[in-house]
Amino acid sequence: MSPVLLEPVVPLSARRRSVPRWLRRTTGPLFLLLLWQVCSATGVLPSDMLASPGTIAGTASGMIQDGTLPHAMLVSVQRVLNGLVIGGIIGVALALASGLSRLGEDLVDASVQMFRTIPWVGMIPLFIIWMGIGEAPKIALIALGVTFHLYLNVYAGIRGVDAQLIEAGNSLGLGRWGLIRHVVLPGALPGAMTGLRYSLATAWLALVFGETINADDGIGFLLNRAREFFQTDVIVVCLIVYAALGLLADFIVRTLERLLLQWRPTFTGK
Amino acid sequence: MATDLHRQVNPLTKETTDDAAVRVDSLTRSFDGRAVIDNLELTIPQGEFVALLGRSGCGKSTLLRVLAGLDREINGEVLVPRRKAVAFQAPRLMPWKKVWRNVLLGLPGSPGREVAEKALEEVGLGHRSDAWPKTLSGGEAQRASLARALVREPDLLLLDEPFGALDALTRITAQRLVSDLWQSRGCAVLLVTHDVEEALLLADRVLVMDGGVIAHEVRVDRDRPRDIADPYIADLRTQLLDRLGVEAPEAAEVEKVA
Repeated sequence: MSPVLLEPVVPLSARRRSVPRWLRRTTGPLFLLLLWQVCSATGVLPSDMLASPGTIAGTASGMIQDGTLPHAMLVSVQRVLNGLVIGGIIGVALALASGLSRLGEDLVDASVQMFRTIPWVGMIPLFIIWMGIGEAPKIALIALGVTFHLYLNVYAGIRGVDAQLIEAGNSLGLGRWGLIRHVVLPGALPGAMTGLRYSLATAWLALVFGETINADDGIGFLLNRAREFFQTDVIVVCLIVYAALGLLADFIVRTLERLLLQWRPTFTGK
Repeated sequence: MATDLHRQVNPLTKETTDDAAVRVDSLTRSFDGRAVIDNLELTIPQGEFVALLGRSGCGKSTLLRVLAGLDREINGEVLVPRRKAVAFQAPRLMPWKKVWRNVLLGLPGSPGREVAEKALEEVGLGHRSDAWPKTLSGGEAQRASLARALVREPDLLLLDEPFGALDALTRITAQRLVSDLWQSRGCAVLLVTHDVEEALLLADRVLVMDGGVIAHEVRVDRDRPRDIADPYIADLRTQLLDRLGVEAPEAAEVEKVA
């Protein structure tokens, strides 16, 4: 008999995981940062167009030390949280009303779908006329953006609950409230978490829009003032802060998902 | 026996006491004008194990759903015990609840975890009480579903092809488990199945549903555990297969020759 060529089946654990996952994920961004610094240092990227990472880091530490950045962040985060809570309550309440009952759906859904087609940024002029130029229109804008995302996803989540499980709940003697609490709401949770992530992204977007229009504090205010003085370093610091806050929010939701959705038998990637 | 209260599945809410676990009188259930159950009569005495056979689409699952109270668009009189439980073909465990919470779901009051553990112990699943349903094997999930039904201490246990999705080996174990549990509990059981051998191994009485009614009935007078090779059982098997429109091997052979 002629010999057969054999090759070992390498276990996944031996081949992978030599570098920790978090470290692997940071290499891409670090490389881009390095490229940027090199371009600035060699003059390929002039500083009046975009400041170098080193300059930006210096500016950032200065802004942190004199307290302007922490104060602006606090103001902006507060606006987002307020808008998120208000929009969240309205969106989830509407979704529950139309998701749980046929009557609620008939009354609520058509109106929400109608308002949803209006680009919410277009509401800014009306909000200024109605609420002046204080905190109210900024928070309202954020709440508006958040409301629709949560509404759509929570509603879809509720309507996506497996009818077989509802029937099982019925046969086990659950009443209407018991069904909602033990079957419908937990089943709608994955949808709700998706909605939360979308609404957080929208909330930061709405914050940028809201703050670039007649704000006298917050990150958007710093951003606008920097534009008047051509301070590209300050502008980039503000953008990084926006991004970092968005990333932090996403991290919080991811953690929530990991804790609340650990029962989910879904594909998690290889 | 414990079957003291009966609840009607039709709009009238008259309750009576009875010595039967199920009483169905002139039951009709139509889908778009087509009567799937047509003037059906059925009585199941307390503690009897009844298997319901029938071709696919003959209405046997519909009958079970009517008895479970899940389908109420019916005409006729249906009396079932207040305490009844269903185990479906798919285990239908809530994926977001740990196994023991699934078992307790819907029980009145707030029974402690030990109640669930006891029921899980009974189906040999005590060690998985704290697991998520997604980590259970098919057989384990089905046993958890059975524990969830039994913890309600039903007077009537409705089984809708509960072994249909299990592999052959797991199925045999599950069938034995159901048989043992029935003998220790003494509740009436209605097992909907398409497996003639399963029906003959488990049931006191085997019904064949056809044309919307119980078209045929066989009493199985044999002690348990039964053997499928027993000539008496084999004879009943041929008879039932014939009723179900499946020709016995010899007959098929003859036809092929002709």
